[in-house]
Amino acid sequence: MGKKKKKTDAGGNGKSFRQLMFRDRYLLYMLIPVVIYYLVFCYLPMTGLIMAFNQYQVGSGFLGIYTSRFVGLKWFRQFFGSIYLPRLVRNTFLLQFYSLIFGFPIPILFAIAVTQIGSLRLQKSVQVCTYLPYFISTVVVCGMINNFLSPTGGIINQLLNKAGIDSINFMNLPQWFRPVYVISGSWQTFGFNSIIFVAAIMGISPDLYEAMRVDGANRRQIIWHLVLPSIRPTIILLLIMSLGTMMSVGFEKVYLLYNTAVYETADVIQTYVYRQGIQSNNYSYATAVGLFNSVINFAIVFTANRISRRVSDTAIW
Amino acid sequence: MYRNESGVPEKKIQPWDFIFDATIILFLVIAVVICVYPFIYVLSVSVSSGAAVNRGDVMLLPVDLNFEAMKTVLHYKQLWISYGNTFFYTLVGTVCNVIFTCLAAYPLSRKKFFLRRQMNFLLAFTMYFSGGLIPIYIIVTRLGFYNSRWVMIVPVLISAYNVMICRSAFEAISEELFEEAAIEGANDFYILTKIAVPLIKPTLAVLTLYYAVSRYNDFYTAMLYISEPGKEPLQVFLRRILLQASMEITQTTNINMGAVSQSSIQVRYVCIVVAVIPIMLIVPLVQKYLVQGTMLGAVKG
Repeated sequence: MGKKKKKTDAGGNGKSFRQLMFRDRYLLYMLIPVVIYYLVFCYLPMTGLIMAFNQYQVGSGFLGIYTSRFVGLKWFRQFFGSIYLPRLVRNTFLLQFYSLIFGFPIPILFAIAVTQIGSLRLQKSVQVCTYLPYFISTVVVCGMINNFLSPTGGIINQLLNKAGIDSINFMNLPQWFRPVYVISGSWQTFGFNSIIFVAAIMGISPDLYEAMRVDGANRRQIIWHLVLPSIRPTIILLLIMSLGTMMSVGFEKVYLLYNTAVYETADVIQTYVYRQGIQSNNYSYATAVGLFNSVINFAIVFTANRISRRVSDTAIW
Repeated sequence: MYRNESGVPEKKIQPWDFIFDATIILFLVIAVVICVYPFIYVLSVSVSSGAAVNRGDVMLLPVDLNFEAMKTVLHYKQLWISYGNTFFYTLVGTVCNVIFTCLAAYPLSRKKFFLRRQMNFLLAFTMYFSGGLIPIYIIVTRLGFYNSRWVMIVPVLISAYNVMICRSAFEAISEELFEEAAIEGANDFYILTKIAVPLIKPTLAVLTLYYAVSRYNDFYTAMLYISEPGKEPLQVFLRRILLQASMEITQTTNINMGAVSQSSIQVRYVCIVVAVIPIMLIVPLVQKYLVQGTMLGAVKG
């Protein structure tokens, strides 16, 4: 027994690095391809961030990343002085902020409602229906949005016309971009995001329900005094975790939905980086803008994690 | 609020309770309808007659059942080329994803592994910080991946988030099982493939679903690195048809221009149907494992 214990809890008491490497050699063999992957596709690109401080010339290849002329903070100064900065930060933040305000409560409400269904089979069927949009590709979702909202033959405008309202060209009006983005995003994710809340509610001990029922509590009281308090830790944890994504908008959906007419409300940091870097070949400048975004994201996640640790004793790391 | 000693008050139905129940039912009905209706509508439009679609008659069910648009799309060669490519990327990609995720997750889950903490940190770090688009783009293209089929598989080989889900599943296995196997002289490759993997099948089912769906839906990688039509995946093709109003399908067939404008929206909806069918078939199959996979991710993730 004593021997066993030593084996499990010891990181490697008294053993040299080489002995440990030999002992765990099979684990290390397994990790070789994994480590290569992470070095090449994650950590090597991180060293490439040096580009944000030099003048990378298109065509100077991989080594050009490290050997180009050093220009210091030139690209950051250019970005901070540009008219794009406030617009990009505002759009990025507001898309995420509205998504959170609008999208966060819906999975909770849905989870509470769906667990009120008496039959477990019916509950599962309802849930499956709501998962479906989550697994549909961004391209198809954007294609559906675009065609449903189209002023020529889109169903939404057909319905508006039947109600006597003129067609609205949703996709070309800046004031419509955020509602369309937020509502469609919520449509796509609410069912899937409710899974965790449903599981939390299903995890409440049946004895507690029984006790409340014996006490004469009705459904409303059970939800208010038993269900909500039980899922509060889950709510707080997920809320804090989603705060961490405040400045990272998914690139694909904005890219597929926006056009020059709605840049004013739709252009976000990620799409700007793509246009500047891949489309206009301003590699160094785009890297600097991307780095700016990464640093902000990292700071936000870090802060959210600190708050989480303090409030709920649950931290991401 | 009332608290009686006996269970009697349950039978007393108050008007507020009725309104409350009705609200819940209404809410659920709306939730199901908004999730399912768009797909039914798209399907109905794609199998209705062009004239009925143009008049705006199709709202829920097909009007004048007609498979012309369906035929037009299914006869278009590029659809099948891109479909075939996506099939390849999804199949090979998912298999590689799952294998490499297990290879990453297993050592990170072993409590005795001497680099466990360090490796876990390096993994988690990649979730919160990355080199960003441009350095990755330069490295991937410089490695010769541009317009290579492997670009859809290799740069997206491992998702750190999924590794964490997998790691939690391995960690949940009783430690004694590993110890006994080790005493019997089994090495870690044997333990992983013969003992650990069979024990986490439900989690692997969820991971397979997640990976398969991301490979099937991957537009971003293809947009960046694939420009040859012969290698493009379905999502790139769909983007041209659905979002860039490409007329390539209707142009290839010998329909006159009036019919073209009639059927262009139908053609798009048929493409949506064709693209969504595999997802609709797979998700319900794996749904019973979904809860487990999501919960494991939330605990650690």
